[in-house]
Amino acid sequence: MNQAIAFYVLSAFILGFAVLVVSTRNTVHAVLYLVLNFLAVAALYVLLTAQFLAVIQVLVYAGGIVVLYLFVVMLVNLKRPPEDHSAPQRHSWIGFGLSGLVLLELAVIIGYGSIAPPGPANAQNTDLAMYNVEKIGMLLYTDYLIPFEVASMLLLVAMVGAIILAKREL
Amino acid sequence: MITPTHYMLLSTALFIIGVLGVMLRRNIIVIFMSIELILNAVNINLIAFSYQLQNGIGQVFAIFVIAVAAAEAAVGLGIILAFYRNKETINIDEMSVMRW
Amino acid sequence: MIDTYLIPLLKILFVLNATLVGVTYMVLLERKVIAWVQVRLGPMRVGPYGVLQPIADAVKLILKEDITPTRADKWVFTAAPIIVMVPALITFAVIPFGPVVNLFGRQVPLYITDVNVGLLYIVSVASIGVYGIILGGWASNSKFPLLASLRASAQLISYEVAVTMTLVSMIMTAGTLSMVKIVESQYNAHLWFIFVQPVAFVLFFIGGLAETNRAPFDMAEAEQELTGGFHTEYSGMRFALFFLAEYANMIVVSSVATTLFLGGWLRPFPNIAALSFLGIIPSWMWFLLKTFVFLYIFLWVRATLPRYRYDQLMRLGWKVLIPVAIANVVVTGIVMVLF
Repeated sequence: MNQAIAFYVLSAFILGFAVLVVSTRNTVHAVLYLVLNFLAVAALYVLLTAQFLAVIQVLVYAGGIVVLYLFVVMLVNLKRPPEDHSAPQRHSWIGFGLSGLVLLELAVIIGYGSIAPPGPANAQNTDLAMYNVEKIGMLLYTDYLIPFEVASMLLLVAMVGAIILAKREL
Repeated sequence: MITPTHYMLLSTALFIIGVLGVMLRRNIIVIFMSIELILNAVNINLIAFSYQLQNGIGQVFAIFVIAVAAAEAAVGLGIILAFYRNKETINIDEMSVMRW
Repeated sequence: MIDTYLIPLLKILFVLNATLVGVTYMVLLERKVIAWVQVRLGPMRVGPYGVLQPIADAVKLILKEDITPTRADKWVFTAAPIIVMVPALITFAVIPFGPVVNLFGRQVPLYITDVNVGLLYIVSVASIGVYGIILGGWASNSKFPLLASLRASAQLISYEVAVTMTLVSMIMTAGTLSMVKIVESQYNAHLWFIFVQPVAFVLFFIGGLAETNRAPFDMAEAEQELTGGFHTEYSGMRFALFFLAEYANMIVVSSVATTLFLGGWLRPFPNIAALSFLGIIPSWMWFLLKTFVFLYIFLWVRATLPRYRYDQLMRLGWKVLIPVAIANVVVTGIVMVLF
């Protein structure tokens, strides 16, 4: 019962802030709505007993990636909103219509698909919920060690690439 | 009772909102942020199933998605900055350097 | 019912009030300590020995005119001080002030909650606090605060990496992320972790100085630099909120350092029964004493050291602290495997 209320409230926040991100004219406001969206998603992860992912979401996504977006928005400090002089004959209603159709189709498929059973009975006391960090750490370092190392190489390459791309003079 | 179906519907709605952002906005930074929304939708789906099946692999996959999103954001924003320094615009309609 | 709702609510109210009073009196303490270092007396007029000075400061700031720059972004301008203050306050939810004690016939733990990712929670809400500084400078719609806020936030995110690496080596030593279990592992190891990881302690302290924008790393907000930094356009209670958030962050860093390195609520030599007369001093009093020692060192450093220039600051963070922190993690790992 409490879980249901929490889920619906958090979903309202997540979808509301997402719509605001996509529709605001002011880019800084859009970035701030994105932060709030990520914080709501982190709260949803706590509801799903994925505590480690929740703090990683806040630490890396909301506290790292979006700070990067905010910096770039401030460095690209334009005098007029960048979309003021877009082509006036853009037909955005086609996009809305098609997306609505796809959403309807997917919702019907999911809703009428196999009714998935609810989560485990003692969800708060399972091993994965209580020893979340230990279990994920074990998985990361034993079964999925190679993807872990590849991800670290990817981050190194991305770091070098970002520095080279953003330098003023090579 | 909140089943994984609810989480999948939430994830689909968030995904469609992200796709709308990528299609309809012309400000390239907002397009990048909509891509982050899409990745978050996928993450919600993964973690909902990890909870349902009590298998940590969903959360491990979500960690990798976050790592890849961080790498992509860094490189993408570097490209935006480099482009802005040359062309003084972030409207993708004007970033049509290779069109005639 | 009482246990799940009423007691945590009372604890939250108590900790919040104690923090806010403590933060207000930190202002007085700082002025007094810096004055004594400089062979003068500090505030002495308001109340006996200046004890009521923070109340006078608070009244003055509340009654000041609330100016918002004309072309500033109103919502963001209002939200920025709040975004700086809230992470500093919500960190206190996981800090353990003491073990489970017997209070009015109930077993009451002296911490608001024990999250199993407590240390990582503290780091993640600290990274949210960076937004307040960036937005404070941006929303003021004026050049000097914007530049100062970009500098301050670049400093914060750089030192965040060093602090997080240091905390990784502490997590390896303690074997857990939960703050309460870190203190208990110090009890089981018969040693405060400052003796096990002295390098991590020094790194954490320097990183904590930089994370809270305290001297010698306070380039971003000092009055002589960039006309007052990112809070130039703020007046009255909003300015007060920025400063109180800085002191609250100081208390948070001191509390975390106490829990990680000085054994939290444990008395010195907790396993030696011969010294159990030290148990007269309750556990939370030991915690407060140790935190106070750290706060005093923060103030002492401010009174003594000159300010770092910005490029020296960034060089120290990236070229010295981060490599040393990573080396510390590697050495910790090697030692843990071999012994």
